[in-house]
Amino acid sequence: MRYPFATISTLAWRNLWRNSRRTLIMLAAIAVGVWAMIFMAALMRGMTDQMVRNGLQTLPGEVQVHQRDYRADPSVVNSMAPPSRGLLAALLEPPVTAWAGRVRVPAVISSERGSRSVTLLGVDPAAELILGSLPEKIVAGRALDAPADRGVVIGASLARRLETGLGKRVVLMSQDTDNNVVDRGVRVVGIYHARLQGNEDRFVYAGRAAVQGLLGIGDAISEIAITGDDYRRVQHWYPRIARAAGDEFETLPWTELDPFLGSMLAVQDGFTLVFMVVVFLALSFGLVNTLVMAVFERVREIGLMQALGMRPGLILGQIMLESFYLLGLGLLVGNVLAVATLKPLATGIDISAVAQGMEMMGMGAILYPALHIQDMLMSTAVVIVLGLLASLAPAWRASRLDPVAALTRD
Amino acid sequence: MSDIRCRNLCKTFHQGGETITALDQVSLDIGEGAFVCLSGPSGSGKTTLLNALGGLDTPDSGTIAIGEQRLEHLSRRQRADLRLHHIGFVFQAYNLITVLSARENVEFIMQVQGVPAKEREKLATGVLAEVGLAGLEERRPAELSGGQQQRVAVARAIATRPALVLADEPTANLDSRSAARLMDLFVTLNRERGVTFVISTHDARVMGYARRLIGMRDGRIVSDQEQQPHAMAI
Ligand SMILES: Nc1ncnc2c1ncn2[C@@H]1O[C@H](COP(=O)(O)OP(=O)(O)O)[C@@H](O)[C@H]1O
Ligand SMILES: [Mg+2]
Repeated sequence: MRYPFATISTLAWRNLWRNSRRTLIMLAAIAVGVWAMIFMAALMRGMTDQMVRNGLQTLPGEVQVHQRDYRADPSVVNSMAPPSRGLLAALLEPPVTAWAGRVRVPAVISSERGSRSVTLLGVDPAAELILGSLPEKIVAGRALDAPADRGVVIGASLARRLETGLGKRVVLMSQDTDNNVVDRGVRVVGIYHARLQGNEDRFVYAGRAAVQGLLGIGDAISEIAITGDDYRRVQHWYPRIARAAGDEFETLPWTELDPFLGSMLAVQDGFTLVFMVVVFLALSFGLVNTLVMAVFERVREIGLMQALGMRPGLILGQIMLESFYLLGLGLLVGNVLAVATLKPLATGIDISAVAQGMEMMGMGAILYPALHIQDMLMSTAVVIVLGLLASLAPAWRASRLDPVAALTRD
Repeated sequence: MSDIRCRNLCKTFHQGGETITALDQVSLDIGEGAFVCLSGPSGSGKTTLLNALGGLDTPDSGTIAIGEQRLEHLSRRQRADLRLHHIGFVFQAYNLITVLSARENVEFIMQVQGVPAKEREKLATGVLAEVGLAGLEERRPAELSGGQQQRVAVARAIATRPALVLADEPTANLDSRSAARLMDLFVTLNRERGVTFVISTHDARVMGYARRLIGMRDGRIVSDQEQQPHAMAI
């Protein structure tokens, strides 16, 4: 005997609407639950997205190429030659969208009032601009204009600490490759504002050629930072860069350069799933109750079907299908609601009022919810799988009813 | 296939500390094509016996064979299949699935059996006309009278041409005219299609239709006689 799907499908669908009020209430509950799952997931995705993006800006880049020993000892000794012809060719191919070679060395900056240890970045402003790794807000003065720019741009917080300001002279001090101290007086041409105060204190920007000259390293650089079109897909393309760079260099994706940042996505996935499951557990009580009531109300009819020769499996299937329709409708409505409410919020939600402390975590004042198809699928999977599991008990009980007792019940 | 043989059926119920003997050593043979009435006062065990014959309920002891099949050897699922393919049931009331129309109720068993849609529809239309319900096919049970509902149940029971129809007080909720129409229908189906009928009743009007009248009391068969039906279909 083939499984008479059409029969039980008709029965399940019509029985669903037998008590339409109860069904509509349950439907609304599932829809709101699903909406909450997707909406929350989108907010959390927006948050991590922003944290990762900000992290990539300071890292900077999604992939970095270094001299093998640079990460263990990030000093001028471990600098590298500018990209070879082969690597250059790889850097011009999609999905690479931008790259920059930069000098990055520890240094001390002093004013007449104090000195601080900082990270001195010798940059090519045009390249770093595309990479998005320059401070986004110059609050006084100007940005660097060329690799040969002889000025420096420092953070507002650092300027306060050193009691220096725009147009003042400061001294940069570092070591050359022979461990000799080198220093040079430079003028502060710009003051920048960073999202994180720690970065303002830490990074001092100068022209790359100027820094190379100070350190006496010719055209050598410390690292190459590379960005692609989607940070989630970095695993797909960074090996190609690694091959082009060759074995003497260490080519790493951001997930390995900053393992904390790298774990963020996985943590977020896990957290989203847990949240969805928790929401569903709350819903499942209502769902099971609805099904138990639905079975209870038609015990006699179930007895009749058994008397007519409907196998227990068909009765089980019918109740499960009823639950499936309910879940499916709830999912549909919930998804539509989620998309409808997230669309207008795509331009960002201003959370500055509630999120002052969040800056520490690399968050901005505007949150951009990110609706991912993957979260919609995850909520669907959670609702269907857990929903059907929860329905098994009432459905099983219905299929095991004693037909005689069921038929004689009034 | 529809030869029924039962031997020494016993069934007791326990209720509130009391033991009720619903069937007490019942042995019975019913041949194919028979038209049998089980009569007896309320509580005499008629329903229990019919349920046992249809495999809805299992007796405490004794054996039931329908054709080659020994009911006590069948699983729940196999008994469901036996009913699906060979036995039609008509109960006293609430015979129909409320969310299905008259036609869909009749088609229901055939659908479960896997009869193709075209054939199903033809059979259902034909059999509904046969029981006098032409034109009412699309009505839901709530839109039909008690007599009409019973006739839909009969139509469903016979649409798949079962060998045996078990009817438990099918006329109990019907007025005399509807009851007579229903019994006429049974007689016709028995005569023209050879369907075996076992009908329980404590209604004297119904007993008149039987060719064999079995009397029950306190779970025992107290009389069993062939008779000339005296209220034949016209
Ligand atoms: N499920 C049950 N629980 C307890 N007693 C029952 C049950 N079903 C039937 N009985 C008892 O068994 C006896 C026979 O019942 P039944 O077969 O329904 O008789 P009838 O159909 O002739 O009225 C009655 O005394 C009835 O009370
Ligand atoms: Mg009875």
